[in-house]
Amino acid sequence: MKARLLAVCPLLHGCGGVQSALDPGGDQARALFSLFALMMWVSGVVYVVVAGALSWALWRAWRYRGADSRADGGMTLRIDRRLAQLLPLAAGAIILGLTVLITASFFADRALFATRASPALEVRVTGHQWWWRIQYRDPVSYGWVETANELHLPQGQTVRLVLGAADVIHSFWVPNVAGKLDMIPGRTNLLDVTARRLGWYRGQCAEFCGTQHAHMALAVKVESPAAFRAWLAAQRAPATPAAGRGAAVFQVACAACHAIRGAGAAGRAGPDLTHVAARRSLAAGTLTMTRGNLQGWIAQPQAIKPGTSMPQIPLTPADADAVATYLATLR
Amino acid sequence: MTPDLDRRDRLALAWRDPPGWWGFLTTVDHKRIAARYIVTAVLLLFLAGLLALDMRWQLSWAENTRMGPQLYNESFSLHGSTMLFLVSVPAMEAMALWLVPLMLGQRNMAFPRLGAFSYWLYLGGVLTLWVAHALDVTPDLGWFEYPPLSGPTYAPGHRADIWAQMITFTEVAALCASVNVVATILKMRPPGMTLARMPVFLWAMLVASLMTILSMPAIMLVTSMLIADRLVSTHFFAPAAHGDVLLFQHLFWFFGHPEVYIIFIPATGFVSSIVETFARRRLFGHHVLVLAILAIGCLAFGLWVHHMFAVGLPRLGNDFYTAASMAIAVPAGLQIFCWIATIATGRTWLATPMLWVLGFVATFVLGGLSGVMTASAALDLQLTDSYFVVAHFHYVLVGGAMFPLFGAFCYWYPKATGRLMSERWGRVAFALIVGGFNLGFAPMHLLGLMGMPRRVYTYPAGMGWDALNQVATLGSAIAVAGGLVFVANALLSYSRGAPAGANPWGAPTLEWAGDSPSPPWNLAYTPVVDSLTPLWDSPVLRVMDGVALERREVVVTSVVDAAPLYRQKSASPSIWPFVAALAVTAMFLGSIFTPWAIAAGALPIAAALTGWFWPQRERATTGPLRVRS
Repeated sequence: MKARLLAVCPLLHGCGGVQSALDPGGDQARALFSLFALMMWVSGVVYVVVAGALSWALWRAWRYRGADSRADGGMTLRIDRRLAQLLPLAAGAIILGLTVLITASFFADRALFATRASPALEVRVTGHQWWWRIQYRDPVSYGWVETANELHLPQGQTVRLVLGAADVIHSFWVPNVAGKLDMIPGRTNLLDVTARRLGWYRGQCAEFCGTQHAHMALAVKVESPAAFRAWLAAQRAPATPAAGRGAAVFQVACAACHAIRGAGAAGRAGPDLTHVAARRSLAAGTLTMTRGNLQGWIAQPQAIKPGTSMPQIPLTPADADAVATYLATLR
Repeated sequence: MTPDLDRRDRLALAWRDPPGWWGFLTTVDHKRIAARYIVTAVLLLFLAGLLALDMRWQLSWAENTRMGPQLYNESFSLHGSTMLFLVSVPAMEAMALWLVPLMLGQRNMAFPRLGAFSYWLYLGGVLTLWVAHALDVTPDLGWFEYPPLSGPTYAPGHRADIWAQMITFTEVAALCASVNVVATILKMRPPGMTLARMPVFLWAMLVASLMTILSMPAIMLVTSMLIADRLVSTHFFAPAAHGDVLLFQHLFWFFGHPEVYIIFIPATGFVSSIVETFARRRLFGHHVLVLAILAIGCLAFGLWVHHMFAVGLPRLGNDFYTAASMAIAVPAGLQIFCWIATIATGRTWLATPMLWVLGFVATFVLGGLSGVMTASAALDLQLTDSYFVVAHFHYVLVGGAMFPLFGAFCYWYPKATGRLMSERWGRVAFALIVGGFNLGFAPMHLLGLMGMPRRVYTYPAGMGWDALNQVATLGSAIAVAGGLVFVANALLSYSRGAPAGANPWGAPTLEWAGDSPSPPWNLAYTPVVDSLTPLWDSPVLRVMDGVALERREVVVTSVVDAAPLYRQKSASPSIWPFVAALAVTAMFLGSIFTPWAIAAGALPIAAALTGWFWPQRERATTGPLRVRS
């Protein structure tokens, strides 16, 4: 089977994608991919050796098929003596292989967790059932700029992710960028990531966290440092909402849980919606961000994502439409 | 040697069970008890297999709507909990319970009533989980329920309690079974079977049972702490009250990792027995195999942290656990070497049990290699909690433990039933199961690397996961079909199979010395052993006489050199193990709802145990043991 996988190896770039450990787009993921490639080669050789030995054994079984008597004692003794000489060789080969792999693993591990004196940027990512709160340390004000479910990373810069959890254990995993690290209530984990390739990637919670564990995804955008700075500045700015019916309904029906900076909504239970329409997806990767999906989500959250903490708010269709229209302006 | 009829009659009188239902409830015959274990485990294997197939169906397409999140979460929780706690471990215990006394030429286990008790309690655990499922109180948080998700805040209701209490049931049952096996192997070996002449199978069962005794307390402790958090508001795992959620993971995996080897080590015992018999030569490297089992047993307690590499523990510790985990490959590799060497240098006969050994080697080695990958603290960060790990542990548990178990089933079936299974259908089942399994689970390695996390009930279109998932579903369906052929073959052969005779495979160990199926008293005489392969080395088995025929007696020997020490009374059938198990069941179930059940439930348990251990007048009389040839 491993041999078959090895044959597939040249095709592995076909197994890439936006959420794949086989298509590294950052330093940490690349280090792990190299370690994986080494392991695949060693494993492949080991499997070929074992399969070869087993085939040889079966060939001998076939050659002596039908022989009914047990092997005569003298010959068995002679063969056993020779096999006993091979045994330390087998043990030595295994130990040698393992030593190589343990050493490689050690250096890969140290490369991942080498403490960098001053990462360019600190980002706090907090897992909630079932979404991600994301806060950037503002280089200007040194305060926090909050958003949700979408992580932007400047290309080529090391970002320190400060991982925590608000309720149960979650796990932060963006395979193209780095390996996963758990988000544990009562603890803080640090993950340094250095993204290299521009583009959109996808991450997903990797530790079972309840009913909607499957719908806890994270959009990740790697962009040039200049574009990143512009994006962060836009996120820092408060919303410029148009006053109207949508804003009024939102203030009554939604503001207890959701914040919109600049519009007086300051709820903390759900995601910050200050620039929600600028995001790529809705409800932690469940829907793409469109005006229609916004309205559908507001009207029927439990049908779209059963079990979500977002309650079914009884709004008239006209009110739901007004809130969706309002949110769609929050870019 | 053939016992005369008079002797058989006297033994039959002493060792018979009461007729009918009373006999069913009171029996302490290790073979009847083990058969119950195996039938229960096979039934559960089938049910949990159907759950797996249902989940595979759900995952065959992106956004499939066969299952909602709740049903899917219940399905994988029930599948995992059943397979790990109610199928794998009990099935291995059942094999020990059935075969250890036979392989020792003894008439019963050291503690016959404890054997009965452990089955009834295991059945209590089975019913707790599956009756709760019928009542829609199914655990839905996986087979390890990490707090705080399983704590009182995030898991209201009784689903998590059912899971935790089901574990308490099966762990008490497993402890009883293990104590029984250890005492039997250490103190009841036939005269002459020194530790050095003990077959690998018995070593495997001994080490696995010792590991059970050492590791099970950790999980009983941790599930009790979880129940206490939920029932009486202790805060062991509540971070807000300075509890620590990781404490749960440490204690769980301190049991959870040895458990994998508690399942795997008996399998190495099966493989060793089958290889020796079908290669028709003494195992090459008997001592190496025994030392490898001991080494795995010791190392198993030093690597639980490799289940927790992603929680962010200190790096130096992770390096240690990486090395310790990879070190398992040394003893495991040497075992493979010894088995292949034996196959190559013997006159190997590829009957069905031997085919399962070949399937085992071909599949398990892949699981071992993916295990080396997940053992790397660094690489594991990309692999853990993804489908790669799902593939890995199915390769290890199914390829490494279930395939040998199926082989063992075919191998010892004639001893248990007196009939041979059909070779032709055995081959068909083998091909379907091994082929289907590999087709079903190999693609999951790739799915995991392509980012598919485990325990997701659905995934969006456009992830590129659909085709591989469909192949996985197809393979699983083929394997399940093979399982049905296997079971049908076993059922039909029970009445239609060719008569097996005492030793159809020409095997070398003592369980094949007597009739098939074994009578309730096993062997008419106590065998005397002077080699590893007694049925091959002496044309006539030497035996010893002097154990009572009119009452139930067994021989007790010394631990190291198996010198006969004394005759020991063996317990007769009794209803008390059943009553005691009922009382314990009532207490365990009650304590899901109120802590007072522990106090109130202690009284019936005390009453049942008093009845169980009430002194009886009949005693063994000591007398000289005579050696006969």
